[in-house]
Amino acid sequence: MNPSELLGALAGALAGGRIRVLDLTHTLSPEFPQIALPPEFGQCLPFRLEEVSRYDERGPSWYWNNFSCGEHTGTHFDAPVHWISGRDLPNSAVDTIPVQHFIAPAVVIDCSKEAAADADYLLTVDAVKQWEGKHGRVPARAWVLMRTDWSKKHADAEAFQNYDETGQHTPGPNAEVAKFLVEERDVLGFGSEAIGTDAGQGYHQRPPYPCHYYMHGAGRYGLQCLTNLDQLPPTGTLLICPPLKIQHGSGSPLRVLALVAD
Amino acid sequence: MTQQMARPKRKNPVLRTRLPTLPPWGRSRVALGLTAAAAIGRFELQQCADCAAIQYPPREACHVCLSARLQWKPQSGAGKLLSETVLHHSNDLFFRERLPWRLGLVQLDAGPTLMVHLLDCAPAAPARVTVDVRLDRAGQAVLLGCPETETEHMAEDRVLREMTCDPKFRKVLVTDGKTAVGQAIVKALVGAGADIVWAGHAEPWKKLPGLDGITALPQVTLVPLDLTSAKSVSELAGEVAGKVDIVINNAEVHRTYGISARRGADAARAEMDINYFGMLRLAQEFGPALKGRGADGPASAVAWVNLLSIYALSNYPPHGTYSASKAAALSLAQCLRAEMRPAGIRVVNLFPGPIDDEWNQLLPPPKIAPASLAQAIVKALRDGVEDVYPGDVAQEWLARWRENPKVLERELAAGGS
Repeated sequence: MNPSELLGALAGALAGGRIRVLDLTHTLSPEFPQIALPPEFGQCLPFRLEEVSRYDERGPSWYWNNFSCGEHTGTHFDAPVHWISGRDLPNSAVDTIPVQHFIAPAVVIDCSKEAAADADYLLTVDAVKQWEGKHGRVPARAWVLMRTDWSKKHADAEAFQNYDETGQHTPGPNAEVAKFLVEERDVLGFGSEAIGTDAGQGYHQRPPYPCHYYMHGAGRYGLQCLTNLDQLPPTGTLLICPPLKIQHGSGSPLRVLALVAD
Repeated sequence: MTQQMARPKRKNPVLRTRLPTLPPWGRSRVALGLTAAAAIGRFELQQCADCAAIQYPPREACHVCLSARLQWKPQSGAGKLLSETVLHHSNDLFFRERLPWRLGLVQLDAGPTLMVHLLDCAPAAPARVTVDVRLDRAGQAVLLGCPETETEHMAEDRVLREMTCDPKFRKVLVTDGKTAVGQAIVKALVGAGADIVWAGHAEPWKKLPGLDGITALPQVTLVPLDLTSAKSVSELAGEVAGKVDIVINNAEVHRTYGISARRGADAARAEMDINYFGMLRLAQEFGPALKGRGADGPASAVAWVNLLSIYALSNYPPHGTYSASKAAALSLAQCLRAEMRPAGIRVVNLFPGPIDDEWNQLLPPPKIAPASLAQAIVKALRDGVEDVYPGDVAQEWLARWRENPKVLERELAAGGS
């Protein structure tokens, strides 16, 4: 099949429902919790909506809103320049990342049982190798999505954030596996369901926030606050995830779509 | 003695809610001096600087020596009730709804004879009484004839309750119930007999110490409220605004930067978003409901309290952007006061000095304790005043600001407090 036929076949499969399009995105709403840093730091703004007019005296025939949010609000993309380890890399902001990276295969590692048993669960190299034993080697330049079913808590902001007096408790990768996925598997990026690609207690790992450190340091990407990962097969997903083209942006809220064969 | 007020019955939902009316509110420019003093809880009359005669009613020239040098001076209010009468008829809409109404003539020991509203619990003439001043529902100063010493349950006297905003049996929204100040306010309101306290709970995943202590109180309900979100404010208003009698807007962001101590506008914007825009959002959503219930029975909507700061008067450069947000909030609160007045809803502004919390950690004492601030709010509501400067620092700043705002500005710029 030549490339042109391939696109036609893809369009036909999409129209016929043989390839399904899944939405891995949470709705942007004021209630969706945002990442919280200690109050003395600068803060990422939550999503806010202010009505401009709604068929009323402010605009008789039209309805529209102004919205505001941080680059890392809701389901969002992390660019390498987000982290200090990636600050000097070329093409590392959302406006300069090669656009072909925004359409890429994804594998899904199911950690939902482990995360249900332990909110601080950390994905390990051994767990990835076990997964590879069943599903094959993680392909180069693919997204690795860590399914935890954490997104199912999103309607309860307290449970989703899961803070106690020692901070946040959400699952994520450990330092070794973040390094392994970059150096041994050459992945495109790492995706998670919780509010960061790193675990809630990621600050206490070595290095702190290892997924950010290794992924972005090597020019790889992050996706967080994903949902519907439980509807994806372990392999064979094509992910479409272009962030907004913000000048020198460190990330952006985005719509994440997954193409899966039915 | 006053009979203790019984818990008001639930409202009869088939009857039309009575619309608020106001007592006569016209005052001459000079008579507003009485109101200005009453707004901060003081009874002042003019005294002649030349012949020392006390003046009443307020005037341009001394009634004894015609000197124009009249100065407002605090009065003890001690005097003798000479005579009294009971009003059984009035064409004024406000008084018509409140008849019968006692009026008396009191001769102050200081000289002048005054016409006063007599509390129901004031003794029959002739008797010694104390004249006090209160703001009425129109926000204007009126004189009250009170018993010489406070009698039992006097705060619940029918006439006095018309002038005050007592939280007893009232339903109160505290816009931030999480902070130490918020928790103290909630507790103080429960202690003052509030019927229901809705405590705003933004970012519910952030747990602050002590919150369980207030949620355990049967009068208290935590409600989601984030003043940065128009949707959050409007949803809560849709649920409870029609029942709120008193709004206490204590939600604030306080960062400790001037202009050059921090790059960017994010922290200043966060302060403005809550301290100024938060009040605007809240007033747009809750204001109309309160205004509609300004005469809704014995526990009507009565008051709106804003937690401002003494830094609203003059910028404290180490906390410069916070000061600016509070100055903006003060200006907006004046607008709110003007808009709420026709409904008889009192807007109370609090101007504390530094509060003893984590954002003022490095400021030396004296700092006002959250519990003292909360008590100042309850007292302000009971006294029916408009502007409160609680604590030593606030009082000192106020005195210096009144004496000469430019001098205070220079002192603050030099880092001196």
